[in-house]
Amino acid sequence: MKIVIVGDGKVGCTLTERLSKEGHDIVVIDNNRQVLRESAEIFDVMAVHGNGASLRVQKAADVQNSDLLIAAASGDELNLLCCIIARKLGCKHTIARMRNPEYVEQLFFLREELGLSMMINPERASAKEIFRLLQFPTFLKRDSFAKGRAEIVEIVLREGSILSGKRLNELYKIAKVKVLVCAVEREDRVYIPDGSFRLQRGDKLYVTAPTQDLTALIKHLGLEKIKVRNAILVGGSRIAYYLARELEEAGIGVKIIETSEDRCNQLAELLPRAQIVHADGSSQAVLRAEGIEQTDAVVTLTNIDEENLLISMFANYLHVPKVVTKINRTEYTEVIRDKGIDSVISPKLLCANDIVRYVRAMQNTTGSVLALHRIVDERVEALEFLASPSTRHLGETLQQITLKPDILIACINRKGRIIIPKGDDTIEPGDTLIVVTTADRMIVDLNDIFADAPERLAAVQ
Amino acid sequence: MNYRIIAYFIGRILRLEAVFMAPALAISLYQGEHAAAAGFLIAMGALLLVGVPWSWKRPENRSFGAREGFVTVGLVWVVVSLFGALPFFFGGGIPSYVDAVFETVSGFTTTGASILTEVESMAMGLLYWRSFTHWLGGMGVLVFLLAIVPMTRGSGASLHLLRAESPGPQVGKLVPKMHQTAKILYGIYVALTLLQIVLLLAGGMPLFDAVTTAFGTAGTGGFAVKNDSMAGYSFYLQTVVTVFMAVFGINFNIFYLLLIREFAKAFFNEELRVYLGIMLGSIALVTVNISHLYPSVREALHHAAFQVSSIMTTTGFATADFNLWPEFSRSLLVLLMVLGACAGSTGGGIKTARLIILFKSVRNEVWKMLHPRSVKLARMDGSILDEGTLYGVNAYMAVYCIIVAVSALLVSFDNFSFETNVTAVFACLNNIGPGLGLVGPMGNYSAFSDFSKLVLTANMLIGRLEIFPILALLMPTTWRRG
Repeated sequence: MKIVIVGDGKVGCTLTERLSKEGHDIVVIDNNRQVLRESAEIFDVMAVHGNGASLRVQKAADVQNSDLLIAAASGDELNLLCCIIARKLGCKHTIARMRNPEYVEQLFFLREELGLSMMINPERASAKEIFRLLQFPTFLKRDSFAKGRAEIVEIVLREGSILSGKRLNELYKIAKVKVLVCAVEREDRVYIPDGSFRLQRGDKLYVTAPTQDLTALIKHLGLEKIKVRNAILVGGSRIAYYLARELEEAGIGVKIIETSEDRCNQLAELLPRAQIVHADGSSQAVLRAEGIEQTDAVVTLTNIDEENLLISMFANYLHVPKVVTKINRTEYTEVIRDKGIDSVISPKLLCANDIVRYVRAMQNTTGSVLALHRIVDERVEALEFLASPSTRHLGETLQQITLKPDILIACINRKGRIIIPKGDDTIEPGDTLIVVTTADRMIVDLNDIFADAPERLAAVQ
Repeated sequence: MNYRIIAYFIGRILRLEAVFMAPALAISLYQGEHAAAAGFLIAMGALLLVGVPWSWKRPENRSFGAREGFVTVGLVWVVVSLFGALPFFFGGGIPSYVDAVFETVSGFTTTGASILTEVESMAMGLLYWRSFTHWLGGMGVLVFLLAIVPMTRGSGASLHLLRAESPGPQVGKLVPKMHQTAKILYGIYVALTLLQIVLLLAGGMPLFDAVTTAFGTAGTGGFAVKNDSMAGYSFYLQTVVTVFMAVFGINFNIFYLLLIREFAKAFFNEELRVYLGIMLGSIALVTVNISHLYPSVREALHHAAFQVSSIMTTTGFATADFNLWPEFSRSLLVLLMVLGACAGSTGGGIKTARLIILFKSVRNEVWKMLHPRSVKLARMDGSILDEGTLYGVNAYMAVYCIIVAVSALLVSFDNFSFETNVTAVFACLNNIGPGLGLVGPMGNYSAFSDFSKLVLTANMLIGRLEIFPILALLMPTTWRRG
């Protein structure tokens, strides 16, 4: 497909990488020649210099013959203008990034009125993710499927866990709820395990479970139970605002530490119930004075990755029960892993996943990619598909169906009922399925998972 | 530096070269030329022997930067020429290996300078291979590889290759994906070549001559299969060649624009207009200058058009011995030699685009001297030329002059006239073929010593790859670790 990306910043660049690897024809538009040159040298894409909202530039990028325009430039208004012009030129689908909190209420209205396909707000999405992590702090990461009815959660097997040394087919006896381990990360390697797989201390488990069973899961697995009643947010960014709103609604106490006085005033105006502190959140004295040792959770949200990492490591050192770190530069995840920084949120990756899901849905005939999440440091992909009458092997039991290697059906959602599949379960039209696979394989359509379908590989570098 | 991936690329290219030798081998076998056939078999064996193990496995490490791009392109051209010379050497066509390499490099770089005094007695298989090297070298071997094997899918590595191999100050892609771009370029190239073959056949040219002449024209090479180049063919055939030489000297982006129906953009292209303007102006001047040598103005115009088109596009075919023309025409042709064709065409030389950029940057400099506080940007086709491009063109010109001076000095050991030495260097560095004096259109390069031939061979490679890839091979920093 032909895709035009306006804005070669953090999100734009991530999208360029992901979508060009999936084999699409990408044109990137930006005002900055330097970043364009870099993008053109690293990825197999075309670069067009100029203002993405100008008709001349859009024509030079051949927007009129493109399938999708993604506007991820600096301003919301600019992004909207880009999309409007692209629509008028005949671009079929348009996606705009809208991040200004003042526009949040009218997003739906704007989308409908202006004929946009999708609006993304990475900061708000990040805030939602963080909020979900704070709801169940035991899990390092949570990804939701089936309209929030099922989840893939990340658990690390710490010292003395009752699961160490157990085989996966013994899991039900211990957990007492139906769950399925869809991926295990062990010393830099990822396994898509079967029943005979034996767990070890230090393994990171990615477990599919119905959302309603999560509490029981924590209880039966003997995992550390934490409840977050108050949280410190370091850095008063947009994410902090959205997150504070969610936390306030859930009755969780919020304290935001922010260095800019103007921003503090703004936040105080927007968030009447939150406690706003005007101080440098990267200073130990400030953190101690604001009670970091007593708090249940610390979320680091400053604009500087290094500060976030340091503060998070400090919080870990003080045994704060739950620490969430926002990171923009994701290249260094290997280095920070095992440094006690387990729950990491990256707005640009969340946003990229959303858009890649949309693009895959555009590619397949039924338009049915409902969710796409990447787990295990981007190495494993979990997708949710809708089974339509055109899906093959309907009504056959899973035992009879052969899937491609390294593919797993982790969960079936049948009219709101979550089924953790066994060999005698079937796929019926109207079901939604969670499919887990390694990220170098590109699954666009549900039929791609069957062994008798042709292989689609994403380009590897 | 990632040596594994460079070896992989070279291996793939060598395998490809072996495949390309197959038609020549078939011709040799069909004609019963046993010596030539043996030469091709030895060469193909050697190519596969080296190429297959080097490209057996895709390397794990795919990092590929500008440095790898330059080195790959430089090495590929050297290696391909060394192997491409084997059929001539073992096939009994050219007894000296240095001569064989000179002839092959001359072929791949689309120069068309020959050390052969007698072409017509060569085996047909060898003649076919000699002309085919023009066709392949014209658009570029690596571009061909990018078109058929999307080996660097999803990464920008291929851009470094295209930049290093394609001529011109600003190399870009036509469409977002590299292998699509390469396919479009080769598609246009193949279509135009076929069109020319058909038109030549229609004029009664034998099939073998038509194919080899089209290869020579398309690559703007200039190897002919007749001793008197194009002089023996009919008026119509010469005219077809004149037009096609001019066509292959045009930037291929223009043909793409025509293909996607952007007619206005194509016709208002600055480089195209300057290129055609210079060509038509030169034809007019030469016609006037030589009209007294020919019975009619029409004939003078015909020969002027052919020679100007051949020299300016750096092809090097000839219908008349312009060495015997008046001094003004000879001087004008030498200037056209240096200028060359458009950027992004198969022609050589400095390129019209560089001349335009140079002219504009000089104009800006003068303007800035007169109005020190003024801010003025150079533009081409409406878009601003950035500092890097201007700087690149200036650096290119400086290095170009140094290379001309040093090469002319080295060649002068052979004690030929100044005219012969300088035009030989010009003719090789700009990938034209014939110069003036001893190396004029009816002469050849056989009189030079082996040392001079190697210098001129290096000149041809430097000229085809636009200096920097070959220079990169010679820089110690290229090979240093880290």
